Amino acid sequence: MDFRLTTEHEMVQKMVRDFARKEVAPTIKEADRKQEMTAHVLPRMGELGILGICIPVRYGGQGMDYISLGLASEELEVIDTTLRVVMSVHNGLASMTLFQWGTEEQKEKYLAPLARGEKIGCGAFSEPGAGSDFANILMTGKRDGDEYILNGEKMWISLATKADFAVVTVRTKSDVAKPSEGLTAYIVELDRPGVSRGDIHGKLGVRAGSTGWISFQDVRVPLENRIGEEGEGFKVTMTAFDHGRYTVAAGATGLIRASLEASVAYAKERSSFGKPIARHQLIQEKIARMARDYEIARLLYLRAGWMKNEGVRNTFETSIAKHFATDASFHAASEAIQIHGAYGFSDEYDVERFMRNARGAMIYEGSSEIQSLIQADYALGYRKDKAVRCELPAYDSQAWQS
Amino acid sequence: MNIVVCVKQTPDTAATVTVEDGKISWGDAPLVLNPWDEFAVEEALRLKEAHGGEVTAISLGPEDAKEALKQSLAMGCENAILVSDPSFAGLDSLQVSKVLAAAIEKVGEVDLVFFGRSSVDTDSGITGSQVARRLGWPALSLVAVINSLDPESKRLEVERMLDETRQQVAASFPAVISVVKEINEPRYPSFMGIRKASKAEIPIWSAAELGLEGDLESALTWPDVYAIPKVETECEFIEGETPEEIAAKLVDRLIEEKVV
Repeated sequence: MDFRLTTEHEMVQKMVRDFARKEVAPTIKEADRKQEMTAHVLPRMGELGILGICIPVRYGGQGMDYISLGLASEELEVIDTTLRVVMSVHNGLASMTLFQWGTEEQKEKYLAPLARGEKIGCGAFSEPGAGSDFANILMTGKRDGDEYILNGEKMWISLATKADFAVVTVRTKSDVAKPSEGLTAYIVELDRPGVSRGDIHGKLGVRAGSTGWISFQDVRVPLENRIGEEGEGFKVTMTAFDHGRYTVAAGATGLIRASLEASVAYAKERSSFGKPIARHQLIQEKIARMARDYEIARLLYLRAGWMKNEGVRNTFETSIAKHFATDASFHAASEAIQIHGAYGFSDEYDVERFMRNARGAMIYEGSSEIQSLIQADYALGYRKDKAVRCELPAYDSQAWQS
Repeated sequence: MNIVVCVKQTPDTAATVTVEDGKISWGDAPLVLNPWDEFAVEEALRLKEAHGGEVTAISLGPEDAKEALKQSLAMGCENAILVSDPSFAGLDSLQVSKVLAAAIEKVGEVDLVFFGRSSVDTDSGITGSQVARRLGWPALSLVAVINSLDPESKRLEVERMLDETRQQVAASFPAVISVVKEINEPRYPSFMGIRKASKAEIPIWSAAELGLEGDLESALTWPDVYAIPKVETECEFIEGETPEEIAAKLVDRLIEEKVV
């Protein structure tokens, strides 16, 4: 077992880190206060290839592996969660889902421009009345000749107002034994007649990002936009979550690191009772836990990334990585505020933003409670991985780079 | 255009420098491509993109200096060469310039050689000029803009960044140019570049291959380095019932401490 990163991985880390530090860090507080996504972020991530990092070159991507996707997500979230959300949504939910389930035509038409960063993608799954209980979504799709007519509303959709395409899952059948069997997924251009959308403001965190709603009113979508078969939408969506959650896990790991680095720097600089607070054991306990949690979270997501590279299903491992890292990142950020004292409570320092940003990831892409249920089902033997019709392709460096 | 960029692997600028047992230590700071050299690589790549040709990155250093070369390759350089030999360890800049000049001559048919303005570790900033002198080429130091360059007539005009002004200089090339950070914004490595760099086999040129065996002796050595004594400050409050009493006590303390 080799725990070292390759030179290639280290260079990816550095490149993404340099971008985030130089081009996003200087303005992130301002963007967070204004609740606006900085205009240059998405185009720059596209130009630099970050938006197509783990998609094969033949589909417009950069041909790097899934571990590179994780490393990039970690580096981005060290600076701000909104950057990593782009990876989860554009790369994880949209591009990787098309890569796994899409037809060759869909890959040419939709995946390639997403991977090149010319178009932005998102995943539209949650609804005002259904998030964790995803099988019971209400949005409908009705077949009409060679088209489907979509009606309903999606909510809490990251990049809702920035995306050009959305992977959308809707109910196409009601008279089914299990609600999950009546769902179908589509790739939908968001400039189709009948689509309206907007951003949601007043969120606790990820304020420098775009989170919104998308409404579909008699939106006609051609048959060739269907992803997978009719009735396969639940499986398509769950595998999309395996990709999105992986980036959330890696990103939350970065947030633990950011809290740790900020806390170490502050604890050495701030003195109380005649010595740096870093010398107080109760502060050391907090730092020790952050350091421990960072290492655990990192190993967990890298294992999931390795499994993806090998073409092995990783729903259980990704669930654990996401669950552990997001819970630990909230704890780390909260303790970082405690270490910073009253200064941590102010936005003069980054740690209050870290805590606000960490909170959302315990809810989206499968809440911590849903992750517990998944893990319990695996542990109790109630759930076993079943092969899906289209698996995420294993990483093949030669094939991906030609 | 055949362009050479001389790059150096240095500690990250965020590193803390300490002195341990008479030697400078950068702790376990990550080693990076000298930040000033990134501007040199970028300018070389821009000229190549404008006029065609190749860029070769050369670094003098131990085996791990290959990382700086890989970064240069990932940014877009075509070739990288590590110049390394046990006899090169600890050389002063005059001897370093001899090695680099020999390496540049071995590359052959070079039009321009780029340097960053200095390296962040030793910060001498003279190696570029010394290399130019050894090659017998014009030295254009602290260049902030290349105003024009004509590969046909082999003439170029640059602006040098001086303390209070900028100086325009025209020269013929081959020439050696050192650049300041105002000249450009260095690019990030591309993913394609990263893949190429991580697979690259970087050749190593030794003293023997450069014809420099037994020919290098530094004029300068650093037998000892010591840290500047740490200045410790203490704050003392002078208290009293009235301003006059506080002032009197203050004067007594200043006399006691031999300040006045």
